[in-house]
Amino acid sequence: MSRRLMNPFASTSPSSTTTITYNEKHELPRRASSPRIKKFPNFFSTSPKSKSETQTATAALLAAAQQQAFVNSPSQQISSPSLSLPTISLSTARADSANMDEPPTTLFQPPSPAEVRRIARQHAQFGPLGHHTHRYTSRHHGGDFPEPVMDEPPYYYLLTTYISYLILIIFGHIRDFFGKRFHKDHYRHLQAIDGYAALNNGFDDFYVRRLKMRINDCFARPVTGVPGRYITLIDRQSDDHNLHFKHTGTTTETLNMSSYNYLGFAQSEGPCADQVEENVKRYGLSLASTRADVGTSDLHVEVEDLIARFVGKPSAMVFSMGFGTNATAFPALIGKGCLVISDELNHASIRFGARLSGATITMFKHNDMKDLERLLREVISQGQPRTHRPWKRILVVVEGLYSMEGTMCNLPGLISLKKKYKFNLFVDEAHSIGALGPKGRGVCDYFGIDPSEVDILMGTLTKSFGANGGYVAGDKAIIDKLRLTNAGSVYNESPAPAVLAQISAALRIISGEFVPGQGEERLQRLAFNSRYLRLGLKRLGFIVSGHDDSPIIPVLLYNPAKMPAFSHEMLKRKISVVVVGYPATPLVASRARFCVSAAHTKDDLDRLLEACDEIGNVLQIKFSSGIAGGAEPLPEGITPEMEKEWRRTEKGGPHGELVYQPPRWKLDEVLKRGVQDVKSPLR
Amino acid sequence: MDLQDVQSWLNDILMEASIHFHKVPGSAIFLRYVKSSYQNDPEVDELIDEWTPEPLVAPLTLFEEAENEKRPVIVGPTGPKSKLSNGRTVTNLASYNFYNLISNETLKEKAIQVLRTYGVGPCSPPGFYGTQDVHIKTEADIAAHLGTPACIVYAQAFSTISSVISAFSKRGDIIVADRAVNYAIRKGIQISRSTIRWYEHNDMHDLQRVLENVVTEQAKKPLTRRFIITEGLFENIGDMIDLPKIIELGRQYKFRLILDETWSFGVLGRTGRGITEHQNVDAAEVDMIVGSLAGPLCAGGGFCAGSDAIVEHQRISASAYTFSAALPAMLATTASEVLSMLQTNPEMLTTVRENIKTMWAQLDPRSDWVHCTSSAENPIIVLTLKADLIASKKLRIADQEQLLQEVVDETLANGVLITRLKSMPRAINATTKDIGWELQPALKVCVTSGLSKKEIERAGITIRHAVTKIVNKRR
Repeated sequence: MSRRLMNPFASTSPSSTTTITYNEKHELPRRASSPRIKKFPNFFSTSPKSKSETQTATAALLAAAQQQAFVNSPSQQISSPSLSLPTISLSTARADSANMDEPPTTLFQPPSPAEVRRIARQHAQFGPLGHHTHRYTSRHHGGDFPEPVMDEPPYYYLLTTYISYLILIIFGHIRDFFGKRFHKDHYRHLQAIDGYAALNNGFDDFYVRRLKMRINDCFARPVTGVPGRYITLIDRQSDDHNLHFKHTGTTTETLNMSSYNYLGFAQSEGPCADQVEENVKRYGLSLASTRADVGTSDLHVEVEDLIARFVGKPSAMVFSMGFGTNATAFPALIGKGCLVISDELNHASIRFGARLSGATITMFKHNDMKDLERLLREVISQGQPRTHRPWKRILVVVEGLYSMEGTMCNLPGLISLKKKYKFNLFVDEAHSIGALGPKGRGVCDYFGIDPSEVDILMGTLTKSFGANGGYVAGDKAIIDKLRLTNAGSVYNESPAPAVLAQISAALRIISGEFVPGQGEERLQRLAFNSRYLRLGLKRLGFIVSGHDDSPIIPVLLYNPAKMPAFSHEMLKRKISVVVVGYPATPLVASRARFCVSAAHTKDDLDRLLEACDEIGNVLQIKFSSGIAGGAEPLPEGITPEMEKEWRRTEKGGPHGELVYQPPRWKLDEVLKRGVQDVKSPLR
Repeated sequence: MDLQDVQSWLNDILMEASIHFHKVPGSAIFLRYVKSSYQNDPEVDELIDEWTPEPLVAPLTLFEEAENEKRPVIVGPTGPKSKLSNGRTVTNLASYNFYNLISNETLKEKAIQVLRTYGVGPCSPPGFYGTQDVHIKTEADIAAHLGTPACIVYAQAFSTISSVISAFSKRGDIIVADRAVNYAIRKGIQISRSTIRWYEHNDMHDLQRVLENVVTEQAKKPLTRRFIITEGLFENIGDMIDLPKIIELGRQYKFRLILDETWSFGVLGRTGRGITEHQNVDAAEVDMIVGSLAGPLCAGGGFCAGSDAIVEHQRISASAYTFSAALPAMLATTASEVLSMLQTNPEMLTTVRENIKTMWAQLDPRSDWVHCTSSAENPIIVLTLKADLIASKKLRIADQEQLLQEVVDETLANGVLITRLKSMPRAINATTKDIGWELQPALKVCVTSGLSKKEIERAGITIRHAVTKIVNKRR
């Protein structure tokens, strides 16, 4: 069902204008009052540990909130307000309830149908917090940064994966062989015609036509509306094996596990959207210029200051596209005679930028500090190829959080190597900014490292902040130079005022300047949700890649045919997920990827876990061996520190190796124990 | 036997073997020897200590420092009259706000409606749930406006052409390009790793010569993809191409044409369809038309229009499309909206053209020191110093830049905001060989329909006088 209230293409009809004014009317008092109410629990608690003591103080408030949440949960599809009648509203009103000005002890008034719709719409974008325990702080708790243990499936699955690809490729070639002879017109673009060479050919093209096309309906599904907690898909079908799609005219509202909406700022209402509206009215839609010309407004200056303060660097600059930020930043930093050492799994934009710069590029194994050190010793002692002159500078480029693996960079390791080998460090925080750290300030915040240790902090504003674009932050001298030499500032369109307003509002909410309490809630909910889902999936028996606090949770599927199957099964259960295969991942490591958001509630994640449990059984993708976590609880008297010894002595194999039971928890066990176990180190 | 059993059996054997090896007398000595021979060379540590990298960026030059300081900051909305951070309100002839659309109330209202339905960012790349119905509509609108079968919208104009070029042209393919093409095209050519041949700017004879050379050179080799890449209106010079001639040559020598219409789409032609409309060419004759939605259209993003096969190929292999988040819905609908405005009231374009004429009349024929290199239809008037002035004063490129910057400052002091054409960023540590074509420093005056004829005239006089004053001062 579609929740769209207005059609943006329609010419301004009276109905749509009334909707806007209506929104304003209801939003204004809400905004004005929310700081006061949100501050109340904050007054007592500064850290999540002391939360338990204030339970009684906040219980009344939360009870009301929970009730509200339950009643208005869009998944429940409550249409009649009468259902919520027996509730008694205690203490004061909650921020988003309508009965603000009434005395605190009145019986709950049934909200008007319009009000119910409004709240349902709001909750479809950002789910209400189910329980105050559903929070956690994303932080590295000291000590060595452990590499996530990567589990491997039984060889049977790897073998069948290779066989699957082999079959697909053989059939593809057979079809091509006959097709090129009997259906010449379908293959026209693959053959040289009339003296023009074929526009695309080679294995990439074959792969797309014969492998990707089979599952093309799982990609680029068109959507409408806000990509918040729920996302509305536009239904489509294909009569010619995914070559063309027809929109059926209906839409499906699904749980959104696919958008990079980490902090849930993809919202069409609330303080951010209000700021955006205000700024669009004031500044218009565009600056119609580049930053180097006259595309700088006071809004740009403000946002750059905010970003610099947020990431903890003296200076920053914004760009209108995240990809373009990397593509133009590298040529302005390095060139001939310089060396880029890049993590092998770095994003395409880094490779694009590094290639444009003309510098020499080498790669080290993903997150492998030993390999990096070996490489550094080699390149510094050998110098440039042929001439053996010393390198002018060496730039090590890593990402804060890897979007396909869910792994974080080992920043402490990198910093200690940096001190020894004097290279420059560039951290791409495309996914980690906003998503990691107790204050959401990225990997530096997560590891408690001073941002001045990293030379360049780059990030995107697309993901956590619900806006668009990217930034580069660094020392003032570096940024001042980049403003002049960076092609991005000379030629890129200047970021639009609407986008900047969204960034500014989101940043100020996260840092607590604006709507205090909300930013903290978003950060802690994201951290909780990430750990909860990851632990749940591990306990169910899935092979999950990445670090525990990462909001990107890839589930390994291996066999190519399981990608579309998983995606379709999820869609049947009204959950939209991303499936990825070669070439974005290694050939054998096809996966489904969940992106957790602060907008999700625990109920949403439970719904997802239930779906995963069912689908996992049907598709036989629960093949974790237990070495990567999800183990059964330890027996009485065994502490986590003693676990290794216990495994060796009690259950050890013939040669003293550790033995793990493959975790295959029952769903209800997972749901029951999840919340409490998330708070201790995951195992 | 099950595969897993085989695996564990092999593991056991290996384990056994290793235990037995350790039991052999002398094995420990052997292992120590092997380990020590791989020890780190102490020289390496010395080299590491000695190595001192250069600082990450070179220090700012005085000219650069001044440029950073002088960069205008607009307070509040950008319009024909803009308020600067120093409190002055100036006539803005520097933004690409040709039709004065930035402050258009209808567009703002539509955008706010979209905001209230879609939020701001799509939070996903187009391949993963980032394709919204508004993008599909904008793509269809552009294709319909241009008259091409299909179109694809990118999130940023500047990144579009580089990705389009590298999506199609690969190593071994041949690109023939105009010597004066813009920076984005150059970067696209560089990243594609194709063989590149340049022809003299807008010289059709030279183009023919280069094409012929390529065809004879390649006659015995396997057939590769070949492209001609040029711009509709040149960013660095402002002049126009002879599209029918280029298409004819392309047909003759079997080259596909990639046409960058960043500065001509929304500007040329009766309804702003670009150079194809202006020179009466069917847009479908051009293989790929790349344009911007951010400049004249005052929205955001870029596009590439062409056949279905061309567009669909980009959806998976153009890096700036595949690996970037989609365009914000608000900007996509604004672009659609502006296109329909251009279609329904083409007078918008004629007003601007009147103003261009007025401005032009104040500058080109009347000034002794500068002349316009841009085409008479181009609302971005590019003014370069006259050749005899440069020769008589022996002005190097840097001197010209300095002089023109002074003109810009002087003009601003008199209440008119213009800019100058910035030189293309150079690759770091580039040798003179790598630099190639260098653009001639120029002033950029962007005409807008938001000003009356009188105001344009007055601004034109201000610019002319500023040029005269600065040039005379230099004497």
